[in-house]
Amino acid sequence: MSTNSIDTIMSGYEVVIGIEVHVQLNTKSKIFCSDSTSFGAGDNENISPISLGMPGTLPTLNKGVLDLAIKTGLALNCHIRAKSFFARKNYFYPDLPKGYQISQYEVPICENGFVEFSVEGQPRKVSITRAHLEEDAGKSTHFPEHTLLNYNRAGIPLLEIVSGPDMKSAKEAAEYCKTIRSIVQYLDVCDGNLEEGSLRCDCNISVKKVGEKKLGTKVELKNLNSFRFIEKALEFEIERQIDLCLSDKKIVQETRLYDPDKNRTYTMRLKEDAQDYRYFIDPDLLPIIVTDDKIKQIQKAIPELPIKKAARFVKELGLSTDEAEILTSDKALADFFEMTSKESGYSKQASNWILGEVLRYTNEHHQTIQQIKVTPKSLSDLIKLIEQKIISTKIAKSVFNEMMDSGNSAASIIDRHGYKQVTDVDELEKLIQKVLDSNSSQVDEYRQGKEKVFGFFVGAVMKLTKGQADPDVVNQLLKEKLSGRKI
Amino acid sequence: MDLLQADLSAVTEAIQNKKISAVETTQFFLDRVQKLDQHLNAFTYVSNTAVKEAELLDQKIAHGENVGPLAGVVFGIKDLLCTKGMPSTAASKMLSGFVPPYDATVVSRLKKAGAIILGKLNQDEFAMGSSNETSVYGACHNPWDKSRVPGGSSGGSAAAQAARLTMATIGTDTGGSIRQPASFCGVVGVKPTYGRVSRYGIIAYASSLDQAGPIVSSVKDAALTLETICGQDSYDGTTSDHLVEKFSQNLNGNIKGKKIGVIKEFVQHIPDAHIAQSFQLALDTVKQLGAEIVEVSIPLTQYAVPMYYLISASEASSNFARYDGVKYGYRTPHDKTSNLSLDDFYSLSRGEGFGAEVKRRIMLGTYALSAGYSDAFYLKACKVRRLLRQQFLDAFEKCDLIMGPVTTAPAFKLGEKSVDPLKNYLNDIFTTSTNLCGLPGMSVPFSTAREGNSILPIGVQLTAPHFQEQSLLNFAYAIENTTPAADFRKLKPHVY
Repeated sequence: MSTNSIDTIMSGYEVVIGIEVHVQLNTKSKIFCSDSTSFGAGDNENISPISLGMPGTLPTLNKGVLDLAIKTGLALNCHIRAKSFFARKNYFYPDLPKGYQISQYEVPICENGFVEFSVEGQPRKVSITRAHLEEDAGKSTHFPEHTLLNYNRAGIPLLEIVSGPDMKSAKEAAEYCKTIRSIVQYLDVCDGNLEEGSLRCDCNISVKKVGEKKLGTKVELKNLNSFRFIEKALEFEIERQIDLCLSDKKIVQETRLYDPDKNRTYTMRLKEDAQDYRYFIDPDLLPIIVTDDKIKQIQKAIPELPIKKAARFVKELGLSTDEAEILTSDKALADFFEMTSKESGYSKQASNWILGEVLRYTNEHHQTIQQIKVTPKSLSDLIKLIEQKIISTKIAKSVFNEMMDSGNSAASIIDRHGYKQVTDVDELEKLIQKVLDSNSSQVDEYRQGKEKVFGFFVGAVMKLTKGQADPDVVNQLLKEKLSGRKI
Repeated sequence: MDLLQADLSAVTEAIQNKKISAVETTQFFLDRVQKLDQHLNAFTYVSNTAVKEAELLDQKIAHGENVGPLAGVVFGIKDLLCTKGMPSTAASKMLSGFVPPYDATVVSRLKKAGAIILGKLNQDEFAMGSSNETSVYGACHNPWDKSRVPGGSSGGSAAAQAARLTMATIGTDTGGSIRQPASFCGVVGVKPTYGRVSRYGIIAYASSLDQAGPIVSSVKDAALTLETICGQDSYDGTTSDHLVEKFSQNLNGNIKGKKIGVIKEFVQHIPDAHIAQSFQLALDTVKQLGAEIVEVSIPLTQYAVPMYYLISASEASSNFARYDGVKYGYRTPHDKTSNLSLDDFYSLSRGEGFGAEVKRRIMLGTYALSAGYSDAFYLKACKVRRLLRQQFLDAFEKCDLIMGPVTTAPAFKLGEKSVDPLKNYLNDIFTTSTNLCGLPGMSVPFSTAREGNSILPIGVQLTAPHFQEQSLLNFAYAIENTTPAADFRKLKPHVY
């Protein structure tokens, strides 16, 4: 299926995507009461009369939530309002304890920002319309005869980041979501876990004829719990909508879900008549006041963000843009790299090892970088051993695997197996002579111009040393010998 | 000791000095409720633990432990306030069977001060009404004339206090619900500055207007109760950190040289001769005490009633959304017999659970907040509210306090006004501005009107600038000791 914007333009249509990301702020307690926010608590364990909205109870703002919202807003280059308000969004649903959700409506805390990232090497800038605070609702689990309600999530603080309708392809949308995730992870305001729902990306998508000013009917895609699904669902939706347009059929305004097994989207609910939420400022909560001093103080605590870090890795550590982008996509990975690079003194090698062996291992074993047994220090030791020619790269790989499995140091593993690179020229010369002596016909072939045989000699020497010979030294010595000078 | 006449401070002193026990006092009032409430219907629930709590208090006193400034004072609490372990239903079927696992902050502060909670008091359903006739428990009667209403919404509090079924009570005031029944029943009622008293645990009617306050027998008792319940609360972000003075210790009846404002727009339109007469007498009295009368104009008071009903109904329509039959309170029995859709479940539960007046205001508020209408109704009311507040602040540049009538007439007959809601609403003309502006106000018994064989109390209303409860109480203290107020205090209601 064709998905990039060039193909869609060729069909005469262009795609407009805007995204609402719900970021669950990682405070210990809920936004308006002291209930715990811990994930995985038993059903209805993290509740109280306040989060259940029982008669007479009132919300009071958790100030920690405010700091995290400001921090995120600043990282998204937003203007932070000196005064903003909480409003009530009124609608009935059993998992909404008060019959209204406390959110921010006309006057959000953060607005008019942007994020920068790149899509396939091309720089992109997406505007952030607003980022506002709100409380999460509870969770309904439906059965044929009944519905179970779990209010643990009711009152969990969320920051809803609303992008402008700036994105033009599924790939770009997915990259945008990844960027938001890496920013909130860098800021340590959210763990960014899509599967547990601590980061939720709802995509609004419409198509229109190229050059048309008026936006087409938009469809909202919800519950997309991986970046891959975001991309796949949008790809499907783009094609579905363009097909409808091409066959003169109407696009229905609705909310759709994505079925990853069938790789298609399907209707969740129609939005024919827009619901009237009867928003008004919540009289139970005072306006949120943010002083300049507060903003300055929080600004100071913002760490280097991925895009800047990547640029620095390229400029100062000599990595390629691709390498730097992958390493900085996750703060833990970037930190791991930076520590390894610093400790070993070999940036490029550190990058190669992490992007190669380390990521291969974490992917295969479904582990995070924090969970593995190799540390930046132990990986640095390994890299140094290679650079000091004590072991070959090939042996280093098996040492690495054992380090990952056992957590032992490279040195102890090498010791135990007797791995040691043979770099002693005298010793190697003897071995090479032995190989050449017992393969005289191949020596003749080589000397008659059949240079391919060279590899055969290298292999034979390595075999004799159980792979521990320094290949550079072997190559050099072999060349000298075969040229006849020393035979 | 005459428990019916003694000050709260005198009773608690006697209890702490072991001249009388808390158990005796509590039992005394329980007996009165037992004997007299059949005539009033002021109580919606009588505590079965009050005597036990009194025993514990007596033991503490016996052990020489420190007990609070209200030790042994027997309180009745409006049903709108949540009381741990006691039904708290806002006099609505919608909350039938609801027993909260928490106390309202007001209640916990009273308990901490040593008060004994005797039970819950009748009111209009969800505090919506001014006659106590919309209660699911049935109407409450005025102790001065059982054929008349006690006022509302805190009708049960005022009636219980007037008949001395309690030593003190707590009511709430959203548009006059403390002051109007206090005036109808001849007791003292204070609505504090918005933000003075925590709203936590008070079943919300209109969040930006609701305040709880004392309905008691004297200004001194009001001061003591008020200083106990006022003050910032971490469970209510709208409470103020304003210093809470020891109101009861600073009472001072000297009002010489004070400037008393009279709102021109109010006194021009007092429809009832009794009220007009009483108010004129009040003006003469304070002049004799050395106060100066200043006329002030607050033109926007003419819109106070529509503003009040738009704002209170809008907030209520949202506050009441939580009563959906899902988590607590009333749930339609059809739920068990038929397979209802979610919408039907809501409609039936709410339709059966809420009374007519509550439904009327939910609809009114829902309409006023709707897209396309909220600009013209809710938001416009909010804007005018700000202007009204400014007009009051300007008026307070010219005077220390504002004095006026509380009601348009003395207590009316049961059933007399419940047929015409709009006419009922207009009776709130003198009280709603105070709530809209967040000002402290109170009603002090002043004189009486004779209607046939009945003597009906008439109160005078005082309004002070924000957080000036002390000057409000001081002024009331002065009035309380003048003729005819002092004479009124010697009268006893029919049910007593």
